[in-house]
Amino acid sequence: MSQDDSIRTEDDGVSSPLHPTPMLDELETGPWPSFVTGLKRLRDNADAQYAPMMNDLLGQLEHSYENRLGYWKGGTVSVFGYGGGVIPRFSEVAGKFPASKEFHTLRVQPPAGMHYDTDTLRKLCDIWERHGSGLIAFHGQSGDIMFQGCSTENVQPAFDELNEAGFDLGGAGPALRTSMSCVGHARCEMSCYDEVKAHRSVINEFLDEMHRPALPYKFKFKFSGCGNDCVNAIHRADFAVIGTWRDDMKVNQDEVKAYVARVGRKYAIDQVITRCPTRALSLNDDDTLDVDNRSCVRCMHCLNVMNKALSPGDDRGASILIGGKRALKVGDLMGTMMIPFIKLETDEDYENLVALARRMLEFFADNALEHERIGETIDRIGLPAFLEAVGIDPDPNMVNHPRTSCYVRTDDFTDEADKYFERKAREAGLNVAAD
Amino acid sequence: MSSAPAMRRPDEIGVPDPFPLMHPLMVKNYGAWAWHDRPRPGVLHHVAKSGDEIWTVRAGTQRQMDVFTIRRLCDIADQFGEGHVRFTTRSNIEFMVADQAKVAPLIEALGKEGFPIGGTGNSVSMISHTQGWLHCDIPGTDASGVVKSLMDMMHHEFISEEMPNRVRITTSCCQINCGGQGDISINVQYTKPPKINHDLVSKVCERPAVVARCPVAAIRPAMVNGKPSLEVDEQKCVCCGACYPPCPPMQINGADSTKIAVWVGGKHSNARSKPTFHKLVVANLPNNAPRWPEVEQVVKTILYAYKDNARDYERMGEWIDRIGWPRFFELTGFAFTKHHLDTWAGARKTMNMSAHVHF
Repeated sequence: MSQDDSIRTEDDGVSSPLHPTPMLDELETGPWPSFVTGLKRLRDNADAQYAPMMNDLLGQLEHSYENRLGYWKGGTVSVFGYGGGVIPRFSEVAGKFPASKEFHTLRVQPPAGMHYDTDTLRKLCDIWERHGSGLIAFHGQSGDIMFQGCSTENVQPAFDELNEAGFDLGGAGPALRTSMSCVGHARCEMSCYDEVKAHRSVINEFLDEMHRPALPYKFKFKFSGCGNDCVNAIHRADFAVIGTWRDDMKVNQDEVKAYVARVGRKYAIDQVITRCPTRALSLNDDDTLDVDNRSCVRCMHCLNVMNKALSPGDDRGASILIGGKRALKVGDLMGTMMIPFIKLETDEDYENLVALARRMLEFFADNALEHERIGETIDRIGLPAFLEAVGIDPDPNMVNHPRTSCYVRTDDFTDEADKYFERKAREAGLNVAAD
Repeated sequence: MSSAPAMRRPDEIGVPDPFPLMHPLMVKNYGAWAWHDRPRPGVLHHVAKSGDEIWTVRAGTQRQMDVFTIRRLCDIADQFGEGHVRFTTRSNIEFMVADQAKVAPLIEALGKEGFPIGGTGNSVSMISHTQGWLHCDIPGTDASGVVKSLMDMMHHEFISEEMPNRVRITTSCCQINCGGQGDISINVQYTKPPKINHDLVSKVCERPAVVARCPVAAIRPAMVNGKPSLEVDEQKCVCCGACYPPCPPMQINGADSTKIAVWVGGKHSNARSKPTFHKLVVANLPNNAPRWPEVEQVVKTILYAYKDNARDYERMGEWIDRIGWPRFFELTGFAFTKHHLDTWAGARKTMNMSAHVHF
């Protein structure tokens, strides 16, 4: 907890003069909604407990604009029972702007798919007017609702009310982070699994890792219903769940013909057929579509363009890609294919997904170095060692191509090949990802 | 903690259940949608296998919203919509209605309150962005201000669908790049090694952790003026700022040395080509608050070169793949320098290992 308990939130009846904000004022012009205008609305709501805080916040922000430097520092603030979820911010220029000397953020997990009704949004606003700054961001880059601007002493009552209203803190620090799922099943014909169920089953199983940070570093799950990856799982998630299907895509040939008739044959060929990355499509002479499903990689382009004519097959589930992250510290890593297909249909399938998530988290907790993301751990130890540790068999879908370097010891190659053939025989059409 | 016996224990709810909040027609047809089209920019029309139809009106927001803005959006949702909304990953708000007749009045009401309708299909959607000076402890710039400036400039491209394909733009206030990858990414790029306040290092920083954080092993423990501190080999330092979060006395930002770089060709969708990372186009742009005109000009140049030259369905990176980087630099008029040649691990794989040349 913060040692600083000297903040005065009680209104002493003296309103400090408004800080001039000539630079920020320039961000009030133009057609896009202005966050500055919003900050001023809060400042100018004179009776509100947050008005002085927002006046000084605007003063500090203007000060940043003038000097082109930030003036917040971190610290330690949390709520009773949790170790993470609050982003502490203490002003380095509190002498000039005392009312916003503490301006913490509560990261709060959104409902899966980011659905709200107006009663709920109003309730969140009311709580934040009572305890916070009145400023809320929908949403942060990890998906949190960010309740921005709270004094240290108000963090606990704000959280208590948010928690009573059905919301919980998200992740911060070396912990399981808040997750996101796309709109998916709720309103999208491309969705290949129940994103809400996957998102809630996985995250709610590991809340202890979110609320009491004890991992080597952050760990993020993201859930996209298809390869369009609307929540950007592949770049940004340590564990990306991206919907796919195993059987043939469904083709409504009448709708294909209608599409070709509407856009013209040349356009259909140029923009759909030849844009297929694996040359799996061909337009028949009667303007129906010929699909080579064994060559199709489920990239989604033709389904996107002809969504009335084409749809995912019936044998649905997801691919799991591991290790996506941005530059720190070894450079950008894209999520890489680890489980080409995990069936997601029955309750047991979703339990398998949770079991797989547990294996990855346990591996990460046990083996990653401090401040190392799982993708970096895999790079450090090599994919074969990682696969062995988590009990996943090598699969040609994991690579763009087999190794090109001859610097490898292959004296057990025959044994490994035998395992492969045994596995193939055992599978006999069944693919169990989290065995 | 012990002094507060009445402390309430948290209810570990986790991810809230969205079904009580979701539009009833979306609950009813959950997992059973058939197809969709876009009657106009900013409006989606989804048809379920049951035959049910739902219309979605998408509007841009400023993301950092005051409660009055949120309540105004709620008023609109109650009065002209059906009381259910959702947010997209790019901070657009969506109003769902089961009655097509409500779409036009809803659009009118949102327009009257200054919310742009768009962000669908082949538009420039809202920029996904980070916190900046408003709230972050290590920011080099203010993402909200950069985004406001750019979205003003690109307003027409948000409310229409005139691009070859969708354009996803991101901004980030430091090189950690919380904004992520995009067709165009506008990111802080530091240009000077950290300035160390040696009086504070030993009090504030866990020195071995800071040493370990450096990606190029340029930091080492040192005694400076009789105090345990850290020193940076400035020949090795790549000015990434990784040491600054764990050790604030290693200030990486400077009013003039914090610059902005623009990158292109990041893509997370698997459609057609595999997902890609963004690539450097221009660095060393001034961090020119409050409107960042130099950044705006660069983004505009890239955006309209793409709009004028790409073919339908080509994303930014796919367009450049077709025309080649020489033509990209020629069309946009930017310089190609030694700094465009990657020097990081795996750099060789970014080189042209062929006799394929664009003239």
